[in-house]
Amino acid sequence: MSEKVLMKGNEALAESALRAGCRFFFGYPITPQTELAAYMSKRMPKEGGTFLQAESEIAAINMVYGASAAGARVMTSSSSPGISLKGEGISYMAGADLPGVIINIQRGGPGLGGIQPSQADYAQATHALGHGDLHVIVYAPSTVQEMADCAYSAFDVADKYRTPVMILADGMLGQMMEPVVLPEPKNTAPEKPWATVGHNHARPHNIVNSLFLSADKLEGKIKERFERYEVIKRDEPRAENFMTDDAEIVVMAFGASARIARSAVVSAREAGIKAGLIRPITLWPFPAFAIEETIATAKSYLSVEMNMGQMVDDIRLVVAGRAPVEFFGHTGGVIPTPQEVLAKIEAMHEAIGGKAAEAAAALTGGKAGA
Amino acid sequence: MAEKERTAKAKVEPKIVFQRPRALEDAPFTYCPGCAHGIVHRIIAECLDEMDIEGKTIAVIPVGCAVIADNFFSCDVIQASHGRAPAVSTAVKRVLPENLVFAYQGDGDLASIGMAETIHAATRGEKITVIFINNAIYGMTGGQLAPTTLPNQVTQTSPYGRDVVEAGYPIRVSEMLATLDGVALIERVTVDTPKHVRAAKKAIKKAFQYQMDNVGYSLIEVVSTCPTNWGMTPQDSFAWMRENMLPYYPLGTYRDVVAEGFADVGEAARAKVADCPIAYKGDK
Repeated sequence: MSEKVLMKGNEALAESALRAGCRFFFGYPITPQTELAAYMSKRMPKEGGTFLQAESEIAAINMVYGASAAGARVMTSSSSPGISLKGEGISYMAGADLPGVIINIQRGGPGLGGIQPSQADYAQATHALGHGDLHVIVYAPSTVQEMADCAYSAFDVADKYRTPVMILADGMLGQMMEPVVLPEPKNTAPEKPWATVGHNHARPHNIVNSLFLSADKLEGKIKERFERYEVIKRDEPRAENFMTDDAEIVVMAFGASARIARSAVVSAREAGIKAGLIRPITLWPFPAFAIEETIATAKSYLSVEMNMGQMVDDIRLVVAGRAPVEFFGHTGGVIPTPQEVLAKIEAMHEAIGGKAAEAAAALTGGKAGA
Repeated sequence: MAEKERTAKAKVEPKIVFQRPRALEDAPFTYCPGCAHGIVHRIIAECLDEMDIEGKTIAVIPVGCAVIADNFFSCDVIQASHGRAPAVSTAVKRVLPENLVFAYQGDGDLASIGMAETIHAATRGEKITVIFINNAIYGMTGGQLAPTTLPNQVTQTSPYGRDVVEAGYPIRVSEMLATLDGVALIERVTVDTPKHVRAAKKAIKKAFQYQMDNVGYSLIEVVSTCPTNWGMTPQDSFAWMRENMLPYYPLGTYRDVVAEGFADVGEAARAKVADCPIAYKGDK
């Protein structure tokens, strides 16, 4: 077991990617992912790898496309405005079934927005990262350790399903320092018989391509890919349920806002409110199972996000009217405080009957008002 | 006697004087009559055969009429998004430095949407070869104004002719790229006559050789035709090309660092900066 080291989230992502066998990094400068590229520029030459500062985000993602087509484990990192520029390339990667890891250290938007932490790219990452019918697996780590763990497994997952994988973090997680145990270096890249590495007259030529001019053929390709997405939806959703066993108010939050929501949930419990936290670790596939596990006791749900309310729509789709789903958040780089979230939980507790309801429930031994 | 002669003749093994290059698939070209793509595809394939390198080659094809070139090239092929073939090629070559990587691009792809990728791959001195088909028009989308459309040339989106006050001037890509330190070889060729086809093939082969010898970035610009969107017969289009395009885009070698006496682009670049201490630093 490796020793604990103190690292920034951005650096942990980079070091862990190296330990997962990533030897090609293409990026373009943008705040607040700066340390990640700087770390790669320092380490890659020592590992015999390639760090290349591309002329643009667009060039960088297309370099990822090329390196992946040539069979390499490859990564790029950026922040919100840069991810928008990468959207076309990510769509091409999805369309050509190319694996690769894309890091988004989110900042405020839209437009140039700001450089403070944000989660306003949730909808983009989970629903529209590029044009066309596609999904990308999205991880949302909430500690520096989890950033290291996600970066380490992302390459395996990308290779397994031949899909781009995004790690969606934010400026707070990227910049903060925490102790982390780094994973052992591995070389787990599978054989890639589809890669364009030169056929050496030993096989028919490989073609990496997203163009299918026949509508039937294109539909067939997409349907085949969506069958793979079904496997991903079955096998890959991940979430952490915290104090949810008997939770009446179920808070749901990911990444940085989950850290805040967790504090609020602990305070609510101390105040006698049955609150719990679902922390999605995968945003796509969305961990519906974690909500289903709470539906029997939940009287209401609260989505806490650093945006104007994006994940809340996905929660509503799963809850499907079985309980009210509310939202609390800040956007533009403003970080919600645990006190604010606690106040919201307390207000929701009052709304569902508060202490009176608890007393009634104790008497009937059931779910008040259910 | 005559009978004897005929029998002797029949025993002679047939001599193949012309055949499909191995580096081309057994598929008829589906490009328009009079389009240069077929000729250029063929001479690229002949170069790959003669260098016995098809098995180590990765072609990166563009968005444009040649988006279907994977139907024709027998080597491994990557289809790139519009204009990004140099970025894709860069990464492929970085992953596979021993392989031959060439990008095949048209004027809209290379000099409009992909100009940034073009210039930066060149200035980085990427060991890739770009085959640049310049026919002064967007072919696949139906004949719009291209960055290389000539002044006063009529296209679908310059119906009164290219007005340089409104639409600006055409870009001379070879001349521009030749100024960059990463560039090993830039030649502008055409394929209108057997003589020119032979010269074009020689240029492409030299570019491939420079790439394999790690000399630097190479680009061969092929001044071409688009009879369909120019609205001409194949023969007229070649005549129009000779009359109008070649004066604007003169054939010739615009950069050849080896001919200039350098081993590679690094040596050539250092020769220019002897009085700049930081740029000249080191032995190499």
